[in-house]
Amino acid sequence: MSTQAKTRVTVNVNGRDMSAEVEPRTLLIHFLRENLNLTGPHIGCDTSHCGACTVDLDGKSVKSCTVFAVQAEGSKVLTIEGMAAADGSLHPLQAAFHEHHGLQCGFCTPGMITRAYRLLQENPKPSDAEIRMGISGNLCRCTGYQNIVKAISAAADVMASQPRKEAAE
Amino acid sequence: MIPGRFTYHRPSSVGEAVKLLASLGEDARPLAGGHSLIPMMKLRLAQPEHLVDLGKIGGLKGIRQDGTEIVIGAMTTQAEILGSVLLREKAPILGEAAQVIADPQVRYLGTIGGNVANGDPGNDMPGLMQCLDARYVLTGPGGSRQVAARDFYEAAFFTKLQPGEIVTEIRFAAPAAGHGWAYEKLKRKVGDYAVAAAAVTLTVSGGKCANASIALTNVAQTPLLAADAAKALVGTSLDQAAIDAAAKAAMAISNPTTDTRGPVEYRRSVLGVMVRRAIARAKSRAR
Repeated sequence: MSTQAKTRVTVNVNGRDMSAEVEPRTLLIHFLRENLNLTGPHIGCDTSHCGACTVDLDGKSVKSCTVFAVQAEGSKVLTIEGMAAADGSLHPLQAAFHEHHGLQCGFCTPGMITRAYRLLQENPKPSDAEIRMGISGNLCRCTGYQNIVKAISAAADVMASQPRKEAAE
Repeated sequence: MIPGRFTYHRPSSVGEAVKLLASLGEDARPLAGGHSLIPMMKLRLAQPEHLVDLGKIGGLKGIRQDGTEIVIGAMTTQAEILGSVLLREKAPILGEAAQVIADPQVRYLGTIGGNVANGDPGNDMPGLMQCLDARYVLTGPGGSRQVAARDFYEAAFFTKLQPGEIVTEIRFAAPAAGHGWAYEKLKRKVGDYAVAAAAVTLTVSGGKCANASIALTNVAQTPLLAADAAKALVGTSLDQAAIDAAAKAAMAISNPTTDTRGPVEYRRSVLGVMVRRAIARAKSRAR
């Protein structure tokens, strides 16, 4: 296929097939925020550094400012909006960020939580050093890393002791 | 930031991709992991009229052994290199280098093919591939050819790749069992390119260095094979004098530029430190 005109892109986002007409140059972050009104993923640096736009794409943490929406055609995406359970109860990571004050201004939080989600899928009992390396692509300009690490570690403990159906996977 | 307009192509085979690239000419760029190209497009430093997405082509991914050689598909990601049991066993220096490339999110999408083909002197894999004496399989509409990593780089962002050709595979002889290895990189922060970096493989037999290979990253317009530095090690017990001689030889061929990572003198000095550390760690790992 080849196209410059608008093309219909369909992505399974947080468990639901969502589609929109986009230009090939439309970035995934703009598709999520502007076409689907999912404004949880944030645009921070817009240069692939800060991680505020992190979402889960087919089991990988990606910076959605550096992926074209057309590349995600047919994929599964999880954003912060898909983390809580259907009844509204918070995901253990969300609860732990609340409990341990893992945020100050909150701008980096959606990216931090979706990144931490994939980290814990791959490494359910990370050490503090592994958590720090695991979130090294996410910047918190309040420099609240200490409590972010505590929150992720606490969530790992909760998730290990209470197996629970994941929201959107 | 929003890139300029382009026409998007999603071929399903290598043949279709190279035919497209050849017919579209210099207005077209292949899209691999996109983590060099898309940021450049957002800054409008790259404005291709056509993007040929290699992401849906089967057969360009995977890491396998072919006789005595290791073969890595060009679309294999840095994360897949890190997770490879075969590489951990046969050529663990690849994982050591992949681990210091960018950050986790970038490593999930960034590919080894894109890293070696782009010709960016800041990329880590080109130097490592020169150290391992790898060959790149380049496929174009007329078929495939192989070019040694040591011959591939001409200047910053200029390579032997012809319009219409893409890197499809990377091949190298598996290093000898018991070899020592290290990739040593200084960077200011996670996600940064190297101030200077060095790749070292060597073998030790009867207390003496039998073979050595050294290559350098981001201290010139291209990666550099430090042949004289390696020669300074062979036949020695890898004592301090030999390591000093190798570091000096590596620094002598370097030609870094002054940039935000520091002045020339500093970057060359850091290179010496990287070479020393890499040799020392490779020595400690050799059996």
